[in-house]
Amino acid sequence: MENKSNLKSGEFLVKEIDKDDVFIPEEFDEEQLMIKQTCIDFLETEVFPNIERIEKAEEGLMPELLKKAAELGLLGIAIPEEYEGFGQSFVTQMLSSEVIGAGYSFAVAYSAHCGIGTLPIMYYGNPEQRQKYVTQLATGEKLGAYCLTEPGAGSDANSGTTRAVLSEDGKHYILNGQKMWITNAGFADIQIVFAKIENDRVYSAFIVERDFPGVTLNPDERKMGIKGSSTRQIFYNDVKVPVENLLGERGKGYRIALSILHMGRIKLGANVLGAAKKAIHESVVYANERKQFGRLISQFGAIKYKLAEQVVKTFTTESAVYRVSKDIDDAITANMADGCDKGEASIAGISHYAVEAAILKVYGSEALDYVVDESVQIFGGMGYSAETLVEKGYRDSRINRIFEGTNEINRMLVVDTALKRAAKGDYDLFGEAKSLLDKIDSLRVSDVSGLDYYGEKKVYVKNFKKAILISVALASDFFQRKLAEEQEILFNLSDMMMELYVAESTLLRVEKLESMKGSAAVGIYKDILDINIYDAASRILKSGMDALNSFLENGNREKMTNAIDILTKVQGVNVKDARRRIADKLIEDNAYNF
Amino acid sequence: MKIIICISNVPDTTTKVKFVDNNSAFDTTGVQWIINPWDELALTRALELKEDANNPVSSVTVVTVGLKTSEPTLRKALAIGADDAIRVDFQPGDAYSVATQLAEVLKNNPYDIILNGIESSDYNGSSVGGMLAELLDMSSISAVSGIKLQGEEIKVTRDIDGGKEEISITAPFVGIVQKGIAKEPRIAAMRGIMMAKKKPITVVEPVAVDSLTEIAGFELPQSKAACKIIDADNVKELVELLRDEAKAI
Repeated sequence: MENKSNLKSGEFLVKEIDKDDVFIPEEFDEEQLMIKQTCIDFLETEVFPNIERIEKAEEGLMPELLKKAAELGLLGIAIPEEYEGFGQSFVTQMLSSEVIGAGYSFAVAYSAHCGIGTLPIMYYGNPEQRQKYVTQLATGEKLGAYCLTEPGAGSDANSGTTRAVLSEDGKHYILNGQKMWITNAGFADIQIVFAKIENDRVYSAFIVERDFPGVTLNPDERKMGIKGSSTRQIFYNDVKVPVENLLGERGKGYRIALSILHMGRIKLGANVLGAAKKAIHESVVYANERKQFGRLISQFGAIKYKLAEQVVKTFTTESAVYRVSKDIDDAITANMADGCDKGEASIAGISHYAVEAAILKVYGSEALDYVVDESVQIFGGMGYSAETLVEKGYRDSRINRIFEGTNEINRMLVVDTALKRAAKGDYDLFGEAKSLLDKIDSLRVSDVSGLDYYGEKKVYVKNFKKAILISVALASDFFQRKLAEEQEILFNLSDMMMELYVAESTLLRVEKLESMKGSAAVGIYKDILDINIYDAASRILKSGMDALNSFLENGNREKMTNAIDILTKVQGVNVKDARRRIADKLIEDNAYNF
Repeated sequence: MKIIICISNVPDTTTKVKFVDNNSAFDTTGVQWIINPWDELALTRALELKEDANNPVSSVTVVTVGLKTSEPTLRKALAIGADDAIRVDFQPGDAYSVATQLAEVLKNNPYDIILNGIESSDYNGSSVGGMLAELLDMSSISAVSGIKLQGEEIKVTRDIDGGKEEISITAPFVGIVQKGIAKEPRIAAMRGIMMAKKKPITVVEPVAVDSLTEIAGFELPQSKAACKIIDADNVKELVELLRDEAKAI
């Protein structure tokens, strides 16, 4: 088998992937399942019983909960053993992020600490910085925060004005500026702060301790959701930061910030899974109790549709999340074999999959928004009551489309990164596209008769790839360097790529699952796959049409849109019955058990 | 002083119970297995006793009767803090067959305190502990809700009707414990999970034993009828329902 670490980010656009090249959640080993159970037990004993106190942001409660998580070792999952952590694989980190993701505000505080609050030092710190700070962060002795955004620098992150000036004696940087929307700000002891040294145009990164004189905080922001998470502005007034607290090299801060955001995005993909499963659980339990017109509402088709669709979106996202997680593990292993230390190897491995990270961030956060929206709807009037968890879940979900780079920035990033990697020669996107365009007049609807179940689905996925390649190549050719200004078209292309990646991941998961467990065990998963491919085809068609109709003219428009139409033809599916079967399993189990 | 806890590998308490083979066997498809909650509390108390430096407890062992598929449950016990584990490679049958297998192990490996949960959350037979004590010809105390050590002397608390009974006993003995023996079960910490891999699980060959009982069939409880809410002023209807429908008065 080919070394999977050779798979480049975005290469899925041109390459056929085998089921044996992907990891699926059904392959978690016993130790991973035990860690998963520990995370579940922690939520059930410490977080859920205190959910109202957390929501009221009771003073001292969140740091206390984080320290309790630390006692179980949950803050050190991603940290190597030499820094008091447990050196777990990226897949395991994602699994724990998924479970904790169900923890409402706690999930945000936990993720911010373990991810963006700790890992910059693990990935970019020198041995002394790691020894001093990472050990304290892994054991929960100190808690962390990540300070990038400023009032005038949000999506345009490098436009911030926080400055650092070397002191006359050369021992300190004097930090001045302001950061905002800083998660965990109220209690974090260690802050990763991005500032420009002297007149640099690019950020450098610093490790700042809250106790350094000159660090002050605004009160907590009043937010729509995640109310239990501390979010504040932080001010730096002539803060003396020892020169040894410069993280990485001068002028490399923006690169650090972006790499850490890749990591944050991918972990957000895991977080939203946990939140989605929790919302589905609340939905089905309620639907199985609530009676109207003399029947449980779970018996109505309207509710079954919602329940099934919640499952489809969650299961498909999950398929993509763990596929890329294992790809990252393989890349990390390959990087270490090339001589990188664990920290360098990890961030290089994660950054390598920047396209997929952005896909998971956008697709996952939008899947969760659908799931929580319908959970409120299933609850009806009761869903609008602040007494219910679904109301909280609905409000908490919304931030996921905004932080870690807005979904708009990430949509553009998907296409931009894929094109840049292709231009760099990572894979031959334009060559493949050209050969398709050369033969476009002879393009016919694929004959899938005689193919087995997976053979047929693979033809569809392959055709989706062709539709995307054609659309991307035509748009690139038409707009050339101005494509970056055509954000609406970039969004169309990005949506097509996301649909493809998720559909392919789901296909490979179900195929692999059948090879592991036999056909009798995967009937319901085939229903999920059927619905996903069927829907993905029409969504890819719509996005492709929207893109091509926006710039092609005359005969070329008709020819090319016709090609997209041909390439997104799939056999009809009885989606009503398929959704009912999925919903019936959920209803029967009274729990998300897929 | 060595403590051993006999652990049952039982379905998670939230399992939706279904039967197969004409309602004669439990359907294990998709079931998640856990340490029997009573056994888990016994383990928790044993670990507390060991961790108290004043107590002469040298080791805490867990033993189960089960096939290889029960090992994840044993490793969970090791992750929580047990020092080592024993598995008798035998498909558990009735209480007698399980007690016989356990007795064989314990005859050959002396332990000072042998703890069992008072019942298991699967078949709730509540018989293994007593049978085990008998097979070992050992003292046993049932309904134990507390254990303390004072040197070599063991102070046992058991719940009795309307109060508590304090018993002093010397090792060895079989304690059949109920909830209350420990406050709540422990969550396996990351360090424990990592260490569990390195702790030994000794697999013991079973002895030949037949079950004395066999299960003829299972029946799910009838689903409860819906609650009837009666207006507080409507005492007449309440009385009628209690008399004619519920036949409670």
